[in-house]
Amino acid sequence: MNFALVIEWLIKGFVLVLLLLGGFAYLTLYERKALARIQMRVGPNRAGPWGILQPIADAFKLIFKEELMPARADKLLFFLAPVITVVPALVITAVVPWGPDLTIFGYKLTLYIADINVGVLYIMSVASIAVYGIVLAGWSSNNKYAMMGGLRSTAQMISYEIALGLSFVGVILLAGSARMTEIVEAQRSAWFVLLQPVGTMIFLIATLAEVNRAPFDMPEAEQELTAGYHTEYSGMKFALLFMAEYDKMIAISSIGATLFFGGYREFWFLSNTILSVDHTPWLGPIYIFLKIFILLFGMIWVRATFPRIRYDRLMAFGWKVLLPLSLALIFVTAAGILWSQQSNNPLLLWAIPVISLLVGLVAVALVYRTLRRKEYARA
Amino acid sequence: MRVLEPLIELARGLWTTLRMMFEKPVTVQYPEQKKPVKVRFRGRHVLHRYENGLEKCIGCSLCAAACPSDAIFVESSENTDEKRFSPGERYARTYEINMLRCIFCGFCEDACPTEAITLGDQYELSFTDRRQSIYPKEMLIEPVPPGGQPTPQKTVPGMFTRSVPEMKDPRD
Repeated sequence: MNFALVIEWLIKGFVLVLLLLGGFAYLTLYERKALARIQMRVGPNRAGPWGILQPIADAFKLIFKEELMPARADKLLFFLAPVITVVPALVITAVVPWGPDLTIFGYKLTLYIADINVGVLYIMSVASIAVYGIVLAGWSSNNKYAMMGGLRSTAQMISYEIALGLSFVGVILLAGSARMTEIVEAQRSAWFVLLQPVGTMIFLIATLAEVNRAPFDMPEAEQELTAGYHTEYSGMKFALLFMAEYDKMIAISSIGATLFFGGYREFWFLSNTILSVDHTPWLGPIYIFLKIFILLFGMIWVRATFPRIRYDRLMAFGWKVLLPLSLALIFVTAAGILWSQQSNNPLLLWAIPVISLLVGLVAVALVYRTLRRKEYARA
Repeated sequence: MRVLEPLIELARGLWTTLRMMFEKPVTVQYPEQKKPVKVRFRGRHVLHRYENGLEKCIGCSLCAAACPSDAIFVESSENTDEKRFSPGERYARTYEINMLRCIFCGFCEDACPTEAITLGDQYELSFTDRRQSIYPKEMLIEPVPPGGQPTPQKTVPGMFTRSVPEMKDPRD
């Protein structure tokens, strides 16, 4: 074990955590601004020019707020739950590569904290730990609304984690590795969103449920559950839960960018130019930042557009639509890879998106038919 | 392509919200930018004066009687020709409106026989203390018009005997 390596890891980990903390603060501002623009408002603009000091004002407000603890709460778990929620959200990004290897003054610097060979599995396992924090927050509050929010959240996250994990399988099959850096390098010729269009859609939908975002924000449905699992939280503990939520958004967007949108690779129209990552490696972090920014906008946009889905519909959609569809996609992907390997023709890989889109259309048709039948049954 | 209908509907919703991003925001930057109020806006009350500076309010307390939330308090006192505040026998020595109680219904306007009280344009009625919510006569009354005298005035005896001005046109 090299001492310089330990120092390097420490610095990288520290920088990553700081980036996530700052990213959380400014993601809240970004979301409020974007939502405001969609609703023809201007959003926060009083604290500093264009409201850029708003997150700092919010942070000060939250720090100085009174910390309340319900009298009959489980004190230890009530205290630990925000921590258990926020830590996975922070460590999940450890395997995401932010750029290719850089050489600074002859020192080879890698832009990721850990490049483990089961990177995708690591993401899945860490993401599921975050559920504990939420259900414990709901349970320890000794409040029925919080409890119900926590339980809803658990059920929803477990259900959608399956579809999420299965949407990763297609990527692993195509890349031939679960190592994040190799997945990114495998997208040199074509982003996996092109080879796995339906898989990407499943990933995007499942992540919305996974991070409790609208239209799947049942655990925090304020009309039904006041604020869900964080009803009893205030002050800095609430800030931690809030931070976990937004850091999960950032983390899941960076994972999505890495798995489906070419990671730190340049946009397709910039390949083989001076702006390519192969030519100027330090552009990698900028590209992945742009991709995360766009994916986050997608989440905000969806929140501004769609109303909250009913809970039984959410469960039915997860188990009866997304799960079979993603299983079918794995079959299609595996068959396509096998076919192209057998006939030694890499162009046959492009049969995968065509067939998977057809499968996706069949799924949409089935959903449509079921909904129509329900409408007739009601009439 | 009826099958595609759900997807098209979803895309249409997304397109609608995205299009709104490029509309001009409707926000009014309030403290810097103020929109003029409408003609019939009911804001803070104003007590009016005649052109010569005499107060229109004669202290009859009809506004206080009409007030549904009992926000108005009037205490009247006798006018003399030496110290005249308003035409007629009496004037309002104290005239207070509790702005925490007022519901800005405008019944006081309707009840007033001399059109002394109207609801004006002022809507910035913030205060930081309960006691500041009671607006006394000095705050409500409008300034003396040009050419008028401040009250109390010394007037010619027998000139201002009528409290309520004579109606020129009965249909008015």
